[in-house]
Amino acid sequence: MYLKAENISFGYKKDNWILRNVNISLGSGEVLGLIGDSGSGKSTLCKILSGYETNYNGTVSLDGKKIPSGIYNPVQLIFQHPEKAVNPKWKMKDILNEGHIVSQELLESFGIKENWLNRWPNELSGGELQRFALARALGPGTKFLIADEITTMVDAITQAQIWESILNIVEELNIGVLVVSHDKNLINKLCHDVLHLSDINTG
Amino acid sequence: MTASGTISKGLFRGFNLRQKTILLTSFISLLLIAIVASNFFIDNRSMSTDFESKNLAPSFDHPFGTDWMGRDMFIRTLGGLGLSIMIGAIASTISTILSIILGLLSSVGKIEDSFVSWLVDVFLSIPHLLLIILISIGLGGGATGVIMGVAFTHWTSLTRIVRAEIKQLKTQGYIQVSRNFGKSKWWIAVKHFMPHLIPQFILGTILMFPHAILHEASVTFLGFGLSPHEPAIGIILSESMRYLSAGYWWLAFFPGLSLLIVVLSFDMIGENLDKLMNPKKAHE
Ligand SMILES: Nc1ncnc2c1ncn2[C@@H]1O[C@H](COP(=O)(O)OP(=O)(O)O)[C@@H](O)[C@H]1O
Ligand SMILES: [Mg+2]
Repeated sequence: MYLKAENISFGYKKDNWILRNVNISLGSGEVLGLIGDSGSGKSTLCKILSGYETNYNGTVSLDGKKIPSGIYNPVQLIFQHPEKAVNPKWKMKDILNEGHIVSQELLESFGIKENWLNRWPNELSGGELQRFALARALGPGTKFLIADEITTMVDAITQAQIWESILNIVEELNIGVLVVSHDKNLINKLCHDVLHLSDINTG
Repeated sequence: MTASGTISKGLFRGFNLRQKTILLTSFISLLLIAIVASNFFIDNRSMSTDFESKNLAPSFDHPFGTDWMGRDMFIRTLGGLGLSIMIGAIASTISTILSIILGLLSSVGKIEDSFVSWLVDVFLSIPHLLLIILISIGLGGGATGVIMGVAFTHWTSLTRIVRAEIKQLKTQGYIQVSRNFGKSKWWIAVKHFMPHLIPQFILGTILMFPHAILHEASVTFLGFGLSPHEPAIGIILSESMRYLSAGYWWLAFFPGLSLLIVVLSFDMIGENLDKLMNPKKAHE
């Protein structure tokens, strides 16, 4: 299965292109790195790939077909700031199971503790929230994971733990991952292949 | 919450805003409930006319004095306030339900949103009192007329708040996540928006209360509201006007003052709740 973005051009304002004719392709089970300077449009591209931003030129397709909206999106995005991805009025167990009923196995592999489930989001750290966001996004319908600087705010040990869990799961489920970061070392450690946004963006 | 000591004067010295609000709200609620409850215990004899004790100035036996038919004004005032509070409660609740429906409707799409904005503008462009009188007359006056008149004129500000809150919520990351899980608009509205909106509804209803009560009283006072047979504050006040020149000041003074106290009580509860809720929301 292939996630393809072809000739993507996008700007938040008219005549101010942030992305220009960007092409990117990601296969099932592939772990692809994307590097770029801050403000170069990495997050923007992630939003386009996962259907958050729809007002672009070009096509995003899954095996050549447009990704329908209104149903579970096989391309799931993980935010840099997990606290923005959770409803502050929801308990963690409701947040966790919004997309699918998360299995015990998945909870364990992300190190999510039983007693976290009854807490409110503001009672957990960024790293702990990010584990929830990941477990929540890795439902049976997920084929691709877009990880937009998802471990930028955690310490090195937590970062290693989280990525080890992700790589194990995506390998088992044959999910393709786009690893976005400005940390070259991390990308080199994790990814089969690396792209520089400046190389694929003519804008 | 830090005990920032915002309230440092009078009775509440040493309490922080949260404690003060809880105390004040409980006390005032108790008072208001007592007023409503007292209506069920007023026996008919004390409301009956007693021409031997008519037009008495306030005294120990009759703290608010008596009227031209010898009725005890304290008991009449209690009855009037109870009626006002009940009418205010019904009108505010209907008004809040209208705001919920219109606020949610405005979130459906652009056309619906313009329609709701237009409706708000139309209702705001007509003076409240005039509109209440028109609606009340249109519905044949009486309790139904006043309640509907007040209800249909007080939904605008809460509708605006709900609309703005939903606009802001829609841009939140977790709403986009939910959409990407394939959740429907309706599901998102109920599960994600509602927990944020319910506190606004409760606050909105309480803040509406004093307006509803005052408007009911003034419309009734002007003769477009409750019928003269109802023991309403507005009726008491308009009747009392005729006796003011005779020097029976207590007929208007105590009922008017009591109405003011009830209205200010609701206002105080509402404003304190607002201060508590809006700077620091519960689970954020
Ligand atoms: N919602 C937005 N509205 C307007 N401009 C935006 C918005 N989001 C990002 N930008 C701008 O678009 C550019 C690319 O941003 P982004 O995709 O977040 O870059 P990166 O993730 O690589 O740091 C930046 O110049 C940023 O200021
Ligand atoms: Mg970014």
